[in-house]
Amino acid sequence: MTSTSDPAANGTALLRTDKLTRHFRIGNALSQQTLHAVDEVSLTIGEREIVALAGESGSGKSTIARLLAKIYKPTSGEIYFQGKPVAGIKSRKDRLRYSGLAPMVFQDPFASINPVFRVSHGVLRGLKLHRPELSRDERYAEACRVFEVVGLTPADEVLQRFPHELSGGQRQRVGFAQALAMRPKLILADEPVSMLDVSIRIGLLNMMADLRDSQGVSILYITHDLASARYVADRLIVMYAGRVAESGPAEEVMANPRHPYTQLLLSAAPDPRAPLGVGAETDRGEPPKVINPTPGCRFRWRCPLAIDKCHQVTPELSQMTPGHQAACHVAEEGAEVKAFG
Amino acid sequence: MSSVPAKQEPATEGTPPPPSGEVLEVTDLSVTYAADRGPVVAVDQVSFQVGPGEFLGIVGESGCGKSTLLFAIAQLLSAPAAITGGSVTFQGRSMVGLTDRQLAAVRWKDLSVVMQSAMNALNPVRPIRAQFADAMRAHGVRSKAEIASRSAEVMKMVGIDPVHLNSYPHQLSGGMRQRSMIAMAMLFTPDLVIMDEPTSALDVVAQRSLMVQIKELQQRLGFAVIFVTHDMSLISHFSDRLMVMYAGQVAELGATQRLFDQPLHPYTAGLMEAFPSIHGPRRQLTGIPGSPPNLATPPPGCRFEPRCPKAMERCVATAPELYQVDGTEVRCLLHEDGTVEEKTA
Repeated sequence: MTSTSDPAANGTALLRTDKLTRHFRIGNALSQQTLHAVDEVSLTIGEREIVALAGESGSGKSTIARLLAKIYKPTSGEIYFQGKPVAGIKSRKDRLRYSGLAPMVFQDPFASINPVFRVSHGVLRGLKLHRPELSRDERYAEACRVFEVVGLTPADEVLQRFPHELSGGQRQRVGFAQALAMRPKLILADEPVSMLDVSIRIGLLNMMADLRDSQGVSILYITHDLASARYVADRLIVMYAGRVAESGPAEEVMANPRHPYTQLLLSAAPDPRAPLGVGAETDRGEPPKVINPTPGCRFRWRCPLAIDKCHQVTPELSQMTPGHQAACHVAEEGAEVKAFG
Repeated sequence: MSSVPAKQEPATEGTPPPPSGEVLEVTDLSVTYAADRGPVVAVDQVSFQVGPGEFLGIVGESGCGKSTLLFAIAQLLSAPAAITGGSVTFQGRSMVGLTDRQLAAVRWKDLSVVMQSAMNALNPVRPIRAQFADAMRAHGVRSKAEIASRSAEVMKMVGIDPVHLNSYPHQLSGGMRQRSMIAMAMLFTPDLVIMDEPTSALDVVAQRSLMVQIKELQQRLGFAVIFVTHDMSLISHFSDRLMVMYAGQVAELGATQRLFDQPLHPYTAGLMEAFPSIHGPRRQLTGIPGSPPNLATPPPGCRFEPRCPKAMERCVATAPELYQVDGTEVRCLLHEDGTVEEKTA
């Protein structure tokens, strides 16, 4: 396990973002509007650390993954990878190197593998492109190695199969094997288990923890399921409408959630081991599309605790306990926050 | 369009089954897919009943036959799948072998189906209002005022502003689309609503509020629900009885609370160990290793034996039947003698 303190403080950050912002222009020439997908997100991911990025659909989690993978350019703000700004990566060679160090694993294992090739195709192509120094035999040996690591055994035989011969869980392991073949430092996993059966998910989560421990990679685990985030992640970042609502050590945030939105997410997680919390607190709201926003807390329309200040001033992240931050005016004043569940 | 005859249509030939008080009775139902390499029995002699106002959950992994079972009940199977045995009795009359016309009279009015993906189930080029009107006109409702008022009523029931009746499906969020599907299913207040993973495309908060809404409606209007999901934790607080399916067969069927407190089948126990919790100590989970068998060549003995942590020698060759154990049905040789305690080998 990594230490629970903030990796930014002790200088071990693998990746750091500074006020990362991404806006999208929407509408036509007559009605120009700006969608604020991600606003001023500063986060850090340490070495050998699984960071869960949680939030509902439309909270900006996938946009962050795409910004980190250099699929999108930030509107403003900067990403630092191993201390160097990612925006400085321009040449094809550097880009290839970066995407090998921080590859993505996608949500849908049925759409992300080419169905007309054997699964060896994807991983061998990746190796050819990213590690040209390897000979043909070495590439094959490396493909076998990563397949073994992600639990696709016997690797020799699985490599020869077509995607349709594999189950959803196995395909998602192929996705991780492809990422792993590039010897990454950070895997950007965008909801890697949400399309899978519940009974398959746990095996993949265990595999992710094993990749961290045995291969030393960090993982950004994007999810809307806090229970799985708690199971696998060292730190948790909760996003709402493009901004960070709360962040801190996973266990600490779960045990002592300070932002009303985190409490809402926790109360919504299905849990047969808990008493049923259905009642007045049941929330019927939906996350907003943040178009041309005005100042104020973006959660205020759904928040039962909203005070006047929430409608005028956008809350900044403030320290609750060491390493645990929340962006909430009510929590900041030290008041007991108990909104949901 | 000819007016649709109402329910006095005779049932299938033969003596009508005695009224049993159950809304739905499924007896020894088998569904077979005709595949190139021989038939695949996707649903194998499944029997269960659903009482009025009951909430039955059906749980199982992908490929266990749960969706095929739903399609068979609703008579929505198309080739190469076909019912090859057993019966489906809905409100005292057999559903198997009804003509399309006879089925049309039942659908939406007495029995509604809510599909997994509302985005694909709704027509993308017509507003919600038109699709509601279609369903009502098909059942002989002519008055525009009545259609409009009932449409608005059901939308309010599921917590959507009726102004969204004018919206096209793409203008609604995933949660609202799924809610409007449920509203559509409520148009005639049917006796049975069949739901095939309606919440699996939603994220947790929307999922939770939709589940609460379904339960509220069910309690208020008194319809029965068959709810299919692969996530056992989701329906733990909502279903009355739970049916666990494995490889086309019923593995365990009993009261929900009972199954959660004391799962009898090792597969049920495995499913319960498959999801992490946000409460209690953080501990290592293992899930269920391996994957379900190929139904074209099922194992000769217990179908769960290759993955079962408690498998005995006998399990390899002896196919277990459903044993009655203290009000629960369970397909496991450990409970062959009908006791809760597991037999030692």
